[in-house]
Amino acid sequence: MKTVPVLEVLDLAIGFPAARAVHGVSFEIHKGEMMALVGESGCGKSLTAFAIMRLLPPGARIQNGQVIFDGTDLATISPRELRRIRGNGISLILQEPMTSLNPVLTVGVQVAEIIRQHQNLSRAAAKARVLELFDLVGITEPHKRYDQYPHNFSGGMRQRVMIAMAVACNPALLIADEPTTALDVTIQAQVMDLLDKLRRELSMAVLLITHDLGVVAQWADRVAVMYAGRIVETAPVQKFFSAPQHPYSMGLLNSSVSNGEGAWHYTNHRLSEIKGSVASAAQATGCSFAPRCRHVIAPCHGGQPKLEAVEKGWLATCCRAQNQEERIHEFA
Amino acid sequence: MAAGRVVKVLSKTLPQAVPTMLGIVVLNFLLLKMLPGDVADTIAMEAGSATAESMAALRERLGLNLGLFDQVLVYLNNLIHLDLGKSARLGAPVTTLILGRLPDTLMLVLTALGFALVTGVLLGWIMSAFAGKWPDRLISVVLIFVYAMPGFWLGLMAIVLFSVKLGWLPSNGSASIGANYQGWAYFIDRLRYLVMPALALSLFYAAIYARLTRSAMLEVQQQDFMRTAAAKGLHPIVMQFRHALRNALIPVTTVAGMHLGNMLGGAMVIETVFGWPGMGSLALDSVINRDFAVLLGILLLSSLLVILANVIVDILQSWLDPRIELR
Repeated sequence: MKTVPVLEVLDLAIGFPAARAVHGVSFEIHKGEMMALVGESGCGKSLTAFAIMRLLPPGARIQNGQVIFDGTDLATISPRELRRIRGNGISLILQEPMTSLNPVLTVGVQVAEIIRQHQNLSRAAAKARVLELFDLVGITEPHKRYDQYPHNFSGGMRQRVMIAMAVACNPALLIADEPTTALDVTIQAQVMDLLDKLRRELSMAVLLITHDLGVVAQWADRVAVMYAGRIVETAPVQKFFSAPQHPYSMGLLNSSVSNGEGAWHYTNHRLSEIKGSVASAAQATGCSFAPRCRHVIAPCHGGQPKLEAVEKGWLATCCRAQNQEERIHEFA
Repeated sequence: MAAGRVVKVLSKTLPQAVPTMLGIVVLNFLLLKMLPGDVADTIAMEAGSATAESMAALRERLGLNLGLFDQVLVYLNNLIHLDLGKSARLGAPVTTLILGRLPDTLMLVLTALGFALVTGVLLGWIMSAFAGKWPDRLISVVLIFVYAMPGFWLGLMAIVLFSVKLGWLPSNGSASIGANYQGWAYFIDRLRYLVMPALALSLFYAAIYARLTRSAMLEVQQQDFMRTAAAKGLHPIVMQFRHALRNALIPVTTVAGMHLGNMLGGAMVIETVFGWPGMGSLALDSVINRDFAVLLGILLLSSLLVILANVIVDILQSWLDPRIELR
């Protein structure tokens, strides 16, 4: 059964005045699905996420492509229409809970604000709803907490406040930009469990931006790997972890620690690394990963390969992945 | 909540205020005594002649024959009984003299500070909203001009233009003498006298607050919580007002509180330029005439006002920025 995706990103390109940072990214997210967008720092994953809500940093601009949400293209609608969707249809959780809440306003006011922005509720009704949300995200003593300031909260608790804020208007899509990166490992799991619970209860789609493959393996349904401003592979999580098709994905997994059963632990062995560094995307004439690829063959230098199907629901931009005979079987 | 804050700030400030005041009084007293000449000389000069005997008698009557240490003790003792002494030259009690001038000075300084804050914050906000574009640059140039111009010179030029050439505003005094205006007419009359000196005193500070607000606003815009606010779907004006401005005001209030003392000093010059009957001109007279009792009273009151301003700033800050823990 083919359903209409909650969000469909088509050929999205984002650029700064000096250079293009994201080159034609396409993906879709379905209802209730948690999709992880992974890649190293600077690969364009956060830019892609922010571009969906048109919250790009100053200087960055959507240069091409569409962001289809609820039948409209968010890249072109008016600021007024966009404000109706921000926080209501799509909401956002940022990486750094310490700075993503306003230090001079009480957390209660900050959560109530989003509710009153989108729903016609009285002050008292909004407050009641906030207390309900605090309870939902596991903030104890909500009445007392309502009037406290962000500096009275720990990092994990602040992230819970952010989550309460994000789910306040039952959004169809939640974008979480590295929601656990700034947190202790024990808190990470709690926050991810909470996100996972909420997306099931509220049947939200979640776009999870992360570079933590452990988080991806445990909580995501599908993964898209970005490298130098392009999606190089997108696959269901189990397939990705058992037989990645793009050499960059293989490199990522090889440089992570795993016992092979999806659990991640410490090791004494030296991990392998991906040789070289991210070349300026503008320099590459062929496949942008070719200069670092261990499996490079002649056609790799011919031109940027397109994202094509390896199997149903599994795509990669590697020319070797698309040809049965050339397939790399590193993980098989 | 608010009353609790005030009590907390006061209980923190008052124990510091008393020794501070004591230090200020003693230091000022000693500094003034280092000046050559005393009020007896002035009185003698004004009388035209004096014998050594009459000078000695005068000094004894004024308590100037005592040792320096004893003079300080006498002054402090009087101070404890809330007696600031008498003006040796004018004969009137210092308290009466100062209280007669205080309202005019306060009106001038507070109007100037209020105007500087409102205009400065508003201009800074506009500049930050148009950062790098022509409104920002235009205001910047005007601000540099105002900032570089001494207030008294601006005042003099304003007198030349608005009083002498155009005849729109009075150049001297703080109200029309003997006009006996009532109600609105009184208010308008005072305002006409107030405009030029208040502006001359405040423009320099307005320029500082504008630049400070501009940079603070630009810095706040970069913060993650502004992105959170945008992601909530808030209107940009709400974002600016509720989320950015309040954060940006924190450094501005700190600086403005410190400026109140400067402004009292600056008021002396401006009061002289505009013949404004405030404490400034009184202070100037008493320096020239070595009328130290009056001068000490003024210095004491100014330091009290500065301490009071600091208390107000502390209270404001604790309201603006809840991270400031009041112990």
